[in-house]
Parts: sequence; structure tokens; C-alpha cells
Amino acid sequence: METVLALLSGAMLAAGLFLMLGRHLVRFIFGLVLASNAVNLLIFAAGRPGTARPPLIPDGSHFPAAAVANSLPQALILTAIVIGFALLVFIFILFFEAYQKLGTVNTEAMTDAESVSAGPGPRERAEP
Amino acid sequence: MSGLLAAPIIIPFAVAAVALLGRRRPHFQSASAILGGAVHLAVGGMLLYRVHHHGIAVLNVGGWPAPFGIALVADHLSALMVLITGVVYGSVAVYSRAEITADCLQRGYYPLLHILVGGISGAFLTGDLFNLYVWFEVMLMASFALLVLGRTRAQLDGGVKYVVINLISTLLFLAGLGLVYAMTGTLNMAHLHLRLQTVSDPGQVAAVSVLFLTAFGIKAGLFPLFFWLPASYHTPPVAVSAIFSGLLTKVGVYALIRTFTLLFPFADSGVRELVLGAAALTMIIGVLGAAAHSEIRRILSFHIISQVGYMVLGLGLLTPLALTGAVFYLLHHIVVKVNLFLISGLIRQWGGSFELARLGGLFRTRGLGALLFFIPAFSLAGIPPLSGFWAKLILIRASLDAGHFVLAGVAAVVGLLTVYSMTKIWNEAFWKPKAAADRQEADGESRVSAWMLAPVAVLAALTVLIGLAPETLYQMARLASEELLDPSAYVYSVLGSVR
Repeated sequence: METVLALLSGAMLAAGLFLMLGRHLVRFIFGLVLASNAVNLLIFAAGRPGTARPPLIPDGSHFPAAAVANSLPQALILTAIVIGFALLVFIFILFFEAYQKLGTVNTEAMTDAESVSAGPGPRERAEP
Repeated sequence: MSGLLAAPIIIPFAVAAVALLGRRRPHFQSASAILGGAVHLAVGGMLLYRVHHHGIAVLNVGGWPAPFGIALVADHLSALMVLITGVVYGSVAVYSRAEITADCLQRGYYPLLHILVGGISGAFLTGDLFNLYVWFEVMLMASFALLVLGRTRAQLDGGVKYVVINLISTLLFLAGLGLVYAMTGTLNMAHLHLRLQTVSDPGQVAAVSVLFLTAFGIKAGLFPLFFWLPASYHTPPVAVSAIFSGLLTKVGVYALIRTFTLLFPFADSGVRELVLGAAALTMIIGVLGAAAHSEIRRILSFHIISQVGYMVLGLGLLTPLALTGAVFYLLHHIVVKVNLFLISGLIRQWGGSFELARLGGLFRTRGLGALLFFIPAFSLAGIPPLSGFWAKLILIRASLDAGHFVLAGVAAVVGLLTVYSMTKIWNEAFWKPKAAADRQEADGESRVSAWMLAPVAVLAALTVLIGLAPETLYQMARLASEELLDPSAYVYSVLGSVR
């Protein structure tokens, strides 16, 4: 189980990194989704998935009768998924806004913030 | 007492809610922000007082005992960082009143500012690794939105780069955290301190520690991971760049100090050499980058990088004196750097531009302004008796004591080059006569609001105060470094007798 998860996580991370290295912002988004889910799987595997029995303690007892699933990684992943989703929504909007204002999704062509000319660059012209 | 630990986190969020309620009333928003900043500062002072006199404070949130629940922990370092956050928060809140345009207010500038500070305070106070991740995200989300609030082309461009690199850093942090959990089964930092020592394969621990080094190195702007910083910090309003420059990269430095003293104390794994090398190159590249630029806020951005190098140098040396120097440097730097960014806004107001080529003659027309710039600028460069001199002195002395003569040399030369950069701004903006062509256009709108002048003056006074009486801050930094080097008190405060 852990071997499969490790391999899957590695493959997803590799694919995600490959996509993120491209110059196209949309590819970056897809890469980010893959990579963040790869990390979520990694945390899941870190919790030693073995049994699927829910971590419930019977009435009157102080500890579970048999080995139960580790619920902590699930709580961590749930948090990470929620945060990741919020970030994803934000970067979709940001990239779309950038595309509308800058007219490109190619990161090589996005140079508004980095003009190094001594005089007034495109940066200054663009300011309202 | 337990409320005192949660207060620096709760106050900004409460003020954010209040600011959202008063969305259409800018004066109400600004007044609540200033009040919030003042209360945050007072609470930070009380927290430091408590930690100083009664030892490390711990709050088990929700009553769940550590290491099962989330613990908030304040030792000297955390309390000092929260206090300095209050100083920056208050200054920026006052400055914002005059600087932030109605447009940005409409889009929710103040709530975002408060949430940012809440996230930063949380990151400084938490004693749980996963909770640190959550605070990082709170802070990042607010900073993303603040950065692109004006929606100009440059902001969107800088924002895309900032967001992209920070998301990658977050992923690395999360992956490292998952691996640490896999090795130890805990996420409480005090508990991790004990458990990580017993991991059978130290190579594994060292490998994971490099993930943390990279993740926090990106946030701190460490060489070679700093490229996002000068690409974005000069684009937002001045108040926003000021709070970013003062606090965001420093959260990265704080996280580096915390993880590499508490979780991964340098063994013979080569990580320490990596940190020292990165620190030296960060100092050099940062200061050279600054020399190549002629826009004030870009020059200052590159100086953030070079100064981060000094702090990380202190961490890498890891002697008591070096760590004291790193903490001293961290605190001094926040005051000075925030002030310089705030002053860049004043210079723009007086001279009409951030470009050095278009400025000039401010010394003749703005004598007081020249003095206000002179203090933080030459403190940054390390001219005695200003605060930066002591910070650099401690670190250079510590490198010499540790036998790292090359690093001491680098630190000294970089200080000299910083003087060059600051002199460049001084000469161009204040000293040289203003070009005749630009003269008429700029002279009209040169009245500067007292709301902008006051925080600058207060921070400059603080710089002078630290410079003239460094002993208080030095002792605080020394106590902080003692706690960092011997975490047994920290561990005992959090876990009690649990092992």
C-alpha cells in the first residue's frame, strides 16, 4: 500500500513539476494541482495506512479494542485541501486578470515589473 | 495570562472584522486600525514583560494538552518578534491614513492588512509545525491580495511571480512536514525536538531538513531563491511594501532560526556549510544587485536580501554570540527597513518620483527629511553609533571568534558596499541640484501629511535609541539566543514531564 502511494505520489510530483517548469501560466496551474495532490498523498502515506477500521472507542473503554486507522493525516490533508483550493481559486482570478491586463500568459513576455532601464520604463507609463 | 498569548492573534482578526463592518467609512477604518496597532503593541510589550520575568509562556489551545493539541508558545524570541510586529503594525496603520487611496480602501485594504498581521503573529507564536503552515497560508493569502490591490500592470506582473514562487515554497514545506510526521509521529515542535534525535537514520533527517531550508529560504529571500523579491516589492503602495519588507521575509528568517535550533540542530551533515555559503552569497549578491539599480524601492529591496544574509550568517555560525547577533540584527533591521520604505514614500511625495535620476535638491528644501533619511540609511550601512553598527559588530566579532575569517571579511565588505548604495540615494535625491527641466512640475504637490511624517520620526528615534543604548536589546537578544541554543527549557515548558 505504502509503496503504491509512494510511487503514485512521486509520479504525480514529477508530472506536476514538469508542467510548472513551462512558461505557460495555465500549465503552471495544472502542474500546481498535481503537485499539491502529490504532497497530500505523501502525508496520507506518512500516516501508515493499514487498516480501514474507524478510530472509535467503545463505550466504557479508554482505548480502541483493535488497531484503527490513523485519523490525524486525514485532518491534515483536509486542511491542506481546503487551503489549496482557496489558493487555486485566487491564482485563477489573478492569472486571468494578469492575462487581461498584460495580454499574455507567457511568463517570458511578462516584464512590466522588471524593466531595468534607467529612465521611465513601461512600468511608469502604465501607472494611473 | 492565557489570553495574553492568544491576544496578538485575536486582536488583528477582531479589528479586521470591525474594519469590514465599516467598509464605506474610511476614517472609521483608519481609526480602528491605529487603535488596533496600539493595542497590539501594548499586548506585545506585556507578553515580553511576562516572558522576561516569569519564563516561557505556553497556552494549550482548547485545553488539549501538548503534544496532542496545538500549543501557543512564547519564549524571548517569539515575544520580541510579536513586539516588533506591533511597532510595524502601528506605524503602517498611521502611515496608511494618508497614503492609501480611496480605490484601495474600497477593495478592502484595511481588513487585509489586519489579517496579514494576525497571520504573522500566529506564525511567531505557534509551537506546532502544521499550525505554522496554516499561519503561513493566512499570511500569504493576505499578502497576495495586498500586493495586487491596485491592479496596475506592474503589480499584476510582480504578483504572478510572487504567488508562483510562494506556492512552490508552501508545497516544499508541506512535503517536509509530512516526512517529519512519518519519521516521528508528532507535529508539536517541542516533542519533535526529542523525537527527531532518536530517528535511526540521521541522513534522512538531514535530507528533510534541506526541504525546510529551501522552503523557508524562499520566503526569507536567501540566495539563490530571492528573485521573486526585487520583482515584486516595489510595485504595491508604500505602506504595503513597508510591512512586507519588515515582516514577511523576517517570518522566513524566524522560521529558519526556529527549525534549525529546535528541530534540526546542525550535526555533521553538511547542512551548516550550506547555510553559511548561502548566507555569504546572499549578502554579496544582494548588495551588488542594489548597486546596479537606480529606483529607490528596488535598491531597498535588494538590501533586504543582503541583510537577510547577515541574519542567516548568525544562524549558521550558531555560537551564543552569533545567535545573539542574528536576533539583534533581525530586530534592528525590521525597524530600519520599514522606516526606509516609508521614507521612500515621502521622497516620492517631495520629489515626484522613485527614480533617482529625476530627484534632487531635497536637502535644500527638506532639511528635516534629509535627517530622517540619514538616520535609518546609515544605520543600515552600519555607521556608529546607530543601531546597525552594533548589529554588524556583534556578527563580525562572532565570525572572527569562530575562526571564519572569510565570512567576517565578507560581512565587513558588504557593509561598506551598503554605504555606497545609501550614499548613492543621498547624493542623487538630496544633495545634487534638481534638473531644471523637472523643477516646475514637482514643486507643486510637495506638502506631506503629518500622518506620514510621524511614524517615520518615531522609527528614526527608535533607531537612535537602540544605537545609543544597545545594552537592553543586547540582553534580550542574548536571553533569546540562550533559550534557542538550549531548548530544554522550551521543551519542558511545553511538555512538562511528558516524554
